[in-house]
Amino acid sequence: MIPEIGHFALILALCVAVVQGILPIYGAAVGNSSLMAVAKPAARGQFLLVATAFGCLAYAFAEKDFSVLYVAATSNSQLPLHYRLAAIWGAHEGSLLLWTFILTLWMFAVTLFSAHLPESTRSRILGVMGLVSIGFLLFMLTVSNPFERLIPAAAEGRDLNPLLQDPGMVIHPPMLYMGYVGFSVAFAFAIAALLGGNLDAAWARWSRPWTTVAWCFLTVGIAMGSGWAYYELGWGGWWFWDPVENASFMPWLAGTALVHSLAVTDKRGGFKVWTVLLAIMAFSLSLLGTFLVRSGVLTSVHAFATDPKRGMFILAFLAIVIGGSLALYAWRAPRVGLGGSFVAMSREGMLLANNVLLVAAMGSVLLGTLYPLFLDALDLGKISVGPPYFDTVFVPLMAPAIFLMGIGPLAQWKKASLPDLAKRLKWAFGVSVVTAIALPIVMGNWTPLLSLGILLAIWIVTTSVVSLRERLTHVAGNSFFERLASVPRSYWGMLVAHCGIAVFIVGVTMVKGFETEKDVRMNVGETATIGDYLFRFDGAQDVVGPNYTAARGSFAVSRDGRETTVLYPEKRRYTAQNQVMTEAAIDPGLLRDLYVSLGEPLDNGAWSVRLYHKPFIDWIWGGCFIMALGGVLAISDRRYRIAWRRQEPAVAEPTRAARRKVA
Amino acid sequence: MKPRHKRFAFIGLGLVVLGIATVLVLNAFQSNLVFFFTPTQVVSGEAPKGRSFRIGGMVEDGSLVREKDGLTVHFIVTDTAKRLPVTYKGILPDLFKEGKGAVAQGQLGNDGTFVASEVLAKHDENYMPPEAAEAMAKAKASGAQQSKSLVVPQGTKDSL
Repeated sequence: MIPEIGHFALILALCVAVVQGILPIYGAAVGNSSLMAVAKPAARGQFLLVATAFGCLAYAFAEKDFSVLYVAATSNSQLPLHYRLAAIWGAHEGSLLLWTFILTLWMFAVTLFSAHLPESTRSRILGVMGLVSIGFLLFMLTVSNPFERLIPAAAEGRDLNPLLQDPGMVIHPPMLYMGYVGFSVAFAFAIAALLGGNLDAAWARWSRPWTTVAWCFLTVGIAMGSGWAYYELGWGGWWFWDPVENASFMPWLAGTALVHSLAVTDKRGGFKVWTVLLAIMAFSLSLLGTFLVRSGVLTSVHAFATDPKRGMFILAFLAIVIGGSLALYAWRAPRVGLGGSFVAMSREGMLLANNVLLVAAMGSVLLGTLYPLFLDALDLGKISVGPPYFDTVFVPLMAPAIFLMGIGPLAQWKKASLPDLAKRLKWAFGVSVVTAIALPIVMGNWTPLLSLGILLAIWIVTTSVVSLRERLTHVAGNSFFERLASVPRSYWGMLVAHCGIAVFIVGVTMVKGFETEKDVRMNVGETATIGDYLFRFDGAQDVVGPNYTAARGSFAVSRDGRETTVLYPEKRRYTAQNQVMTEAAIDPGLLRDLYVSLGEPLDNGAWSVRLYHKPFIDWIWGGCFIMALGGVLAISDRRYRIAWRRQEPAVAEPTRAARRKVA
Repeated sequence: MKPRHKRFAFIGLGLVVLGIATVLVLNAFQSNLVFFFTPTQVVSGEAPKGRSFRIGGMVEDGSLVREKDGLTVHFIVTDTAKRLPVTYKGILPDLFKEGKGAVAQGQLGNDGTFVASEVLAKHDENYMPPEAAEAMAKAKASGAQQSKSLVVPQGTKDSL
């Protein structure tokens, strides 16, 4: 009964979405405010309906209702409750329900925080989101229904893929989806602006915090996915340039470009057309990511069923959304106007260069990800593009972008003077170069990449210090702390996010430069040395978990005769599907991780073992979280809070007039 | 220089930079493509020497031999038509099993042995890597005889 309620709620949600997608947009076009007024209640109603459906599915999982096909396929009666709930997004159907649920959640948020928007803009935004929602609801109801019954009911479920039975898995997909789907708001803002024909600085100011929030979620989501791969796949890598990872990285690159381009549109009214294009791009790439990951085109832990009908549906949906929005863009963008002029040597110029580099990087990832798929689809042979391609392309594209990142915040808008910038930055530059050369030599391993990484990281930090110091001399306030407090939060946000990049670069550089790895055969009592650490294998014992049995190895780690820690890696056998899985043991630390995973059992209790010493690896994820923190700081800025409190009529009048002019 | 000339110079410079970037990207792309070959193609000498490529097929049952160091393994990958010996030093992924599909990346040694630098992990045990499936389908299509060694026994021995 409960699953049927969920199914029914989805059907009702589709009906509401159709109304929400058509009436408000039409109302905005003809200036009928009673039609426009439909948007808000429709969005809220849709949210309630999809939330109901989501709750019903959660209930089916909690109650182990194996008469629901999806529940039987992805859970098991021995699976602990929190993993049963995480199993809602453990496979295809449920993760689409999560997508839609999050989409309606964002809609709901728009209805809450849009009192300051002109009514026509708000109804267009909600209308566009309703249209997107139609696609996903239709998809679920036609080819991918999570509530499909299995009659007769299965006695026991098939169990969740053991790789996904992990705390990281509980949070990673919702975070990632909050990011993906969050770009739908930026997309809806962009489409609304194209439809309305008014795209001004106010528009950018409204859409900025939404974009930043989505970007923060996406950043955290990607970082968590990378962390999950690191400790769960058992071979110590944190990024594989796997198509699935690329699928989430491309919207991030486009989103990062969008965040910066919006800043120009907001402050200077420039880059308008480009900003709109980036918003379309970011959301299209999110959809493409969903398509790549969920359709079964790519084969990995994320790709589940390979049902060609689903693939065709998503492909058609993708074509409609991307094609439709680009067509609208081509038609309406010329009316939007280009915005103010500037010379190449200015903050706008540098942001533009940064944008171009980010988009070029995105394009090169897209090429490496899609080209093998195209060849395969056209039956021209199977190839794969290895990580070396991405590494060779990425470093030269990102290095100048990161270098500009240091100068950009110090350059004036419109026109900056190069000699002046050079004078202000000479100390930062000197310190960075000296450290970049000296530090690797002191550490005893000089490579060009190591120096480059350190150079860029120090450069970001030192230029941030210079920028902050200059800023402090310009703000009012008597004491140092008073001046610190009067620096706006959005500025702090930028500094923090940029320093997050620096932390990230340090992590990547140190791991690449100094990690050590050893595959060894270890007898009981035998030792192996890696880094400065001595690992002693004390044998393996059998242990029994809730839904698995395991061999648990015991490794005593010591350094200079002092015991550091004892690590217990496991080799688990999950009973439901008789699947073997490696559970690595990690001793994390600020300056290094120690990582042990079991290979295979050999004779006389010996095991083949994989040992790693990974310096600074936690900085990689730490850097991502700092970036996201920067984003959070930026949106807590006063100017947005004021904007949200402002009443509607204050800004509605002039824009309404503008709309009439266009229409 | 007049402002207009300056502008053109900037645009020209931008185009040149973009062009160089494109060439570099495509060059890197070209040299990092990893091609896929079936055991039949490798045995008949179609695969390149001295360049990394991928092979796929079924790990022949009973072919897995482990050396004394516990790390170096030898096994045979077959597409049911031809058999290709493979050497790999390292820890095999959890789902690597005799009688199951596998994909490996590496180079062809002088003695005709494929020296794998990487054996690819797949996440689901019922899942056949598409490359491996294709290799077998191709061999079947070309009318090769089904090798007897390929009868997959249920409940093969495993790593625990």
